[in-house]
This record gives sequence, structure tokens and C-alpha cells, in this order.
Amino acid sequence: MESDLKMVNIYVMGKKYLVPDSLTIMHAMEYAGYQLVRGCGCRAGFCGACATVFRIHGDYDLKVGLACQTKVEPEMYLTQIPFFPAQKSEYKLGELKPTAAQIAQFYPEIYRCIGCNACTKICPQDLKVMQYIAYAQRGQIDRCADESFDCVMCGLCASRCPAQIVHFNVGILARRLYSRHLLPPAGHLQSRVAEIESGKFAVEMTELVNASKETLRKLYASREIED
Amino acid sequence: MPYTPQLRELVKQVEASRAERIKKGPFRRMTMDERDEVLKNFHPDFIEASMRPLSVGVNKGDRVPHEFADLIEARSRIEGLGFDLENFAYDVDVLVVGGGGAGASAALIAQEQGADVLIVTKLRFGDANTVMAQGGIQAADKEGDSPAKHYLDVMGGGRFENVPELVSALTLDAPLALKWLEDLGAMFDKFPDGTMKSIHGGGTSRKRMHSARDYSGAEIMRTLRDEVRNRAIRVIEFCAAVELLLDEEGKVGGAVLYNMETGEYEIVRAKSVILAVGGSGRLEYQGFPTTNHYGATADGLVMGYRAGAELAFMHTMQYHPTGAAYPPQIIGLLITEKVRGLGAEPVNIDGEQFVYHLETRDVAAAAIIREIKERRKGIAVPGGMIGVWLDSPMIDLLYGAGTVARELPAMVRQFARFGVDIINEPMLVYPALHYQNGGLLIDENGLTNVQNLYAVGEVAGGIHGGNRLMGNSLLDIVVFGRRAGAHAGAAAKEIKVKKLSLNYLQAFQRELEAVGADTGGRVSPILLPRYTHRMTSA
Ligand SMILES: Cc1cc2nc3c(=O)[nH]c(=O)nc-3n(C[C@H](O)[C@H](O)[C@H](O)COP(=O)(O)OP(=O)(O)OC[C@H]3O[C@@H](n4cnc5c(N)ncnc54)[C@H](O)[C@@H]3O)c2cc1C
Ligand code: FES
Repeated sequence: MESDLKMVNIYVMGKKYLVPDSLTIMHAMEYAGYQLVRGCGCRAGFCGACATVFRIHGDYDLKVGLACQTKVEPEMYLTQIPFFPAQKSEYKLGELKPTAAQIAQFYPEIYRCIGCNACTKICPQDLKVMQYIAYAQRGQIDRCADESFDCVMCGLCASRCPAQIVHFNVGILARRLYSRHLLPPAGHLQSRVAEIESGKFAVEMTELVNASKETLRKLYASREIED
Repeated sequence: MPYTPQLRELVKQVEASRAERIKKGPFRRMTMDERDEVLKNFHPDFIEASMRPLSVGVNKGDRVPHEFADLIEARSRIEGLGFDLENFAYDVDVLVVGGGGAGASAALIAQEQGADVLIVTKLRFGDANTVMAQGGIQAADKEGDSPAKHYLDVMGGGRFENVPELVSALTLDAPLALKWLEDLGAMFDKFPDGTMKSIHGGGTSRKRMHSARDYSGAEIMRTLRDEVRNRAIRVIEFCAAVELLLDEEGKVGGAVLYNMETGEYEIVRAKSVILAVGGSGRLEYQGFPTTNHYGATADGLVMGYRAGAELAFMHTMQYHPTGAAYPPQIIGLLITEKVRGLGAEPVNIDGEQFVYHLETRDVAAAAIIREIKERRKGIAVPGGMIGVWLDSPMIDLLYGAGTVARELPAMVRQFARFGVDIINEPMLVYPALHYQNGGLLIDENGLTNVQNLYAVGEVAGGIHGGNRLMGNSLLDIVVFGRRAGAHAGAAAKEIKVKKLSLNYLQAFQRELEAVGADTGGRVSPILLPRYTHRMTSA
């Protein structure tokens, strides 16, 4: 295999490396000899640790991607943004109201959005970031929660925002407000908790804990399974 | 990388048999005997040569994978460094090691008890196996279900070897844990009236798998992390614990920390330590690719074991039958069980199905290995892996066009990025190392046998016996995280840490020398795998 590898030049923080063109940015950095400490977490597109900014030689366009999810390209100049110094407000969720005013109290800068859409363009998860900020501005917390749901909090949106909005922190506030204050609590869960606290299952559970393996096996084999 | 012309030729065989397979209906399930046989002959846990007995310590004589034994039969990172153990950088009530879901839960509850809490974590806070969980979390919270039914399922899944008291705690606390998460504003999938949506998982007798789309673990992690920050609990990122400290009475009394960036060491004194460092998938036992995050390197097992904590069930690992075998950029990536759940069948190079698509994880994994190793019906892919097909295009044929796109958006996106269209082309899969079933043996409060040392989450052992069911791990991290946090937080007031020492470590090293263990220049815990100059594997 090695011999039919197609190799390309990439530039990690300006330094040139020759790497196979089939690799992701993350693998290419490792191939080049980097022992990653920052900029690498789940290696599967879930954690947002590996935000990377790149440009292809000769093109002015600045591009981004998750290093673990993006393939290298010839003449790629890249650097990682493994940390973004973002402001996060501290709050007591239970005492909040699910309103635009509440979000504005913690993140007033959302009203400075100039509609440039840079956040949406940069999002490696293809979220409509500007749109979910607009929902937050209008107090449509449910829609903001829904639209921001796939966010991996990599921080790229905030890095590009001329209004200095920290979109991902607005998103999580909206999701928590929505889930705590707008979605009704699960009635069945509440009753089950009450039953457990009243000791309803204690006897049955003690019997099971003390049951022999044989008894358990029988109970297990004969248990009915919900369709 | 799209399929090569050779692979495209082979895809035709899968397409050719598809109509016939759908017409015939589901493949025959294995009998109990057939299951036993395929497990015994092909499941990685049963390969004698892959393990050896531990030569030292509490579990001396127990068989464990070589890769893990190598870390126990190794030198400490801090050997010969000579620290002033009285010169501590931090002095806290509760030290939480590991910023995944278990650590965050423990920290929140410990702080509620009034304890001064410090979290240290090796990567960023939340870069952990917890964020990667897609499937869901179990709890018996619906009518028709009960903690007792959940208990039986957990025991059956664990081959009845689980520690009963731990399973009782797990299943009785499950609804409490879920309620706690709901109150914290975790966005579970619900109907408009608030009723939780819930489905089956492998081995459940009731539909008690709760989810947050296919980002269940991510949603739990994001919420807990946000709350930890709201409560201003101190978190130090890129800071690993590398060794525990015991006091002169043998109680745990702190840890040695290592700054991952500057390479400096610091001492933290603590009245109790909660190890919440997760699993060990990155040891890549027997060469299997893994679904785990970058920091899953068994550090907690090594530290705990040297300090005298007992291990349980270290001979069993969970191999997920469907890790990606192609494209090379995502080898080992977890292909969620939902793909099989929706009807995609495992198929060999000749286009024949060879195992019922809904067999349990261990049996399905063993059957895939048999198909490749014994029957030689696997598909060799560029890069050296051999896999079998998982026929995802069947799903749209069974349930109508658009089903794959709607039900598996994350999967479609992950494969499309590298040129494979799973709506129209089958996937290539091979089992991947997924979960550490065992770990440090704990009691109902998460305590190990070392005084004031707790272990919670994937690093703990006993809860799941020999095999964990899907959805019970996200559950156990919250249940036992909370229990340990409550216990440690309350106990802190009474604890007096005496003079700290590393004598136990020297004794452990002497024991290694006494038995003539070959430490081969190895140093542990390893903290991170070494992937420099490696070409593939996620
Ligand atoms: C791809 C995938 C899918 C899964 N799907 C499901 C599912 O659907 N349902 C389910 O129930 N379970 C699932 N699991 C299992 C479950 O997610 C994990 O077992 C669980 O989240 C582990 O949580 P934890 O807090 O114990 O460990 P982790 O979440 O892994 O956190 C451990 C933390 O400790 C840190 N750490 C490690 N070593 C050190 C050290 N020496 N010093 C300091 N910090 C350290 C790590 O960096 C990490 O942040 C899945 C796992 C994976 C990998
Ligand atoms: S490493 Fe987690 S998203 Fe890339």
C-alpha cells in the first residue's frame, strides 16, 4: 500500500510536511510527528476539541473544520484553536425565567448581531447559528434550543463574531431554560421517584439481592418482554 | 475515500442478494449452545493467549489482558523524583480526578454538602467517553416497569456475576438520577406533555432507554459541565493525576498532579479522592481499534491498584460488533446499534448473511470474527483491515426512502465526509474495543477498599458483572457519581489526613523486583497513547 500513497504538502503553523492525502488533519499531524495534547479529544466529531482554521495556498478564503473530521488538501496552511477565551455567565437555573429578557440579562451582546452570518458559515456542524441567536433575541427559546442542539461547543463561531457574541453559551442557556421551564416535567418520573422514596420497592429489591443465582436465572428466563 | 473499484465490484454481490434476503425474512437466531460455542471460540475475552496472571498486588494471580498487565508491571512515572510532600499546591476536602460525567456529578453533589472540591482532568473538561455516547440512558420510570425488572435485566446481561448491592443501588437510584438531570435542564426526548420517549436497548425487558437525539451523552455532559461552572467549582484542565498519596495510616490523602503542558508536578492534599477517570479503550487490547476518546488509558486502574485497591472483572471487555473498518479516516468509529436495530444485516464477501442482525453485542462480534478468521469470508480493505458488510441500504427498502437520512443523520454525515454514501452503499465493519466491563471494586457509596478512595464511572467494577448493557453506563456514572459525592462531601468534616507518604509505591516496586517481573523499560500510567507517525485509525 505505502508505495501507491499519494502524498501532499501541508503546513502546520507554517512548517511544511509531506503526508498521505487520505489522512484527516488530525492523523496528518500525528503522521508528521506531533504528539497531540491539546486539540484532540473524542477523535470522532463529538467533543469540539479539535477546531482548526486553514487556508489553501493562493486562496484568500479562510476555512475551518474539525481536525478529526476533515481531510487534508494539497497546500493547506493550518493551525488549531484548541481554546477560546469565552465569557460565560453564572446563574441559578431554577430561579430564571424562559424569556428574551432573561437571556439578554446574561448575554446582552446578542442584540449587537449585525447579521453578517459569519457564525453560520464557519460552523463545522452546519448549524444555523445566526438563526438560533435570532430566536434567542426574540424569546423563542424552544426554537433556539432545537436549532442549537447539535452544537459541540468548539468555539469557532465566537472566534469570528464581530459583535463578540458567544453563541454556544447562549445555546446551552436556551436548552437548559427550555428543558427546565418550558417542557413539562415527566409525570411518570415524578411518581416513580415518590414511590422509591416511600420505600415501595424495598422488600422486593431485598428479596432479589438475597436470591440465589438459580432463582435469578429462572426469573430472568421467564420474564416477559415488552413489544 | 470512496470505495475503490475492487470494493465496488464486491458491493454488487451484496446488492444481488438483497431482494432475496428481504423476501426470506430474518435470519435464524442462534441457539444457546451455538452462542456459547461462537463465544468460546471467537470472542476476544476467551483467547487464553491474550492474557496473563498479574504477578503482584491485591489481585495477584488473576488473569488480565497483557496490555493491562504491562502497565502494572511497569515503573512509576515519579520514581526517583523526590517530592516535598508537605509542600502542597492545593489543600482541599474532595479531589475529583477526571472531568467526564462521573466526575462532574460527584463534584456537584460533594460541593452541595459544603465540601471544598477540586476537579483535575487530563484533557479539556468534558473531553471524555461521556460526550460520545449516542444511544441513551436507562431508568425504570414508566408504568409497567420497575426497579426490580431493571435489576433482573442488569443481572442477566452481566451473566449473574454482578455485585447484587451495586445493582440494587443502580436500579433504585436510576429514576432519581434521571429526575436530577431533568431538573438540571438536560434536554431529553419528550412528548409535548412531558412524558419521556423511551425505547428498547439490547437486553432490556421494558422500553426504558431515554435519549437526547443521538447526542445523549453529549447533552448530559454539556449540562453537567455548565452547572459545575455555574457553581464556580474549581477545574484544572490539562492536569493529570499520576499517583495517589497515602497517609501514614494508609488512608488516601491526595495525589501527585502532572501539568500536561509544562511537565511540572504538583502535590494536592485531599481528605478524599474520587477517581472518575474512565476506561481503557486506548490500550487497544489485542490490536482492536477502539471507539473510546483519546484519554482512555487506564490511568485510574494503575494508580488505584498500586495504592492497594482491588480490581474486579478485568478479564472482560466489551467489543462493539460494528466499528467502522472503512474509510480509513474513521476506523474504529462507533456505528450505533440503531443501524442493526433498523434492520441492516451483516453480510459476507459473497453477499450472504451469516448471523441474525439483532444478536447481542458479544455474540455478533464473535460471529463477525469467525466469518473472517475461520470461514475467510471477510472483505480486505486498503490499509490492511478486513471487515464484513453491514447492509445499510436495506433500511430504506424496509421502511421507505428517507429513513436512513432521518434516523441516522450523524452516521450519514460521518461517512459522507469521507466519500461513502450509506444510504445507497453498505458499510464495512469490524468489532471495536468499546467498554471496560470491570475496574476498581466498589461498594454502594463508590468506596474502594482503600480508605477514603472512591472510584466511579467506567473505572469502577462490579456493577455490570461480566458484561454491561447499553444505557447502564451513562446511568452508573450519574448514580455512583452522586453517591460518592454525597458520601465524600459529608465525610470530609471528620477526616484528618496524617503525614503523607509514597512508601506504598516503593513497596509495590519492591514487590515487582521480588517476583522478578520484567518491567521492560515501561513507565505508567501512560496518560496518552502514542500515535505519532501512525497512518490510520480514529
Ligand atoms: C462511542 C461511545 C458510545 C457510548 N454509548 C453509550 C450509550 O449509548 N449509553 C451508555 O450508557 N453508555 C455508552 N457508552 C459508555 C459511556 O459513555 C461511558 O462508559 C461513560 O460515559 C464513562 O464516563 P466516565 O465519567 O466514567 O468516564 P469519561 O467520560 O471517559 O471521563 C473520564 C475523564 O477522566 C479524564 N482522565 C483520564 N485519566 C486521567 C488522569 N490520569 N488524570 C486526570 N484526568 C484523567 C479523561 O480525560 C476524561 O475526561 C459509550 C461509550 C463510547 C466510547
Ligand atoms: S477530537 Fe472531538 S471533535 Fe474532533
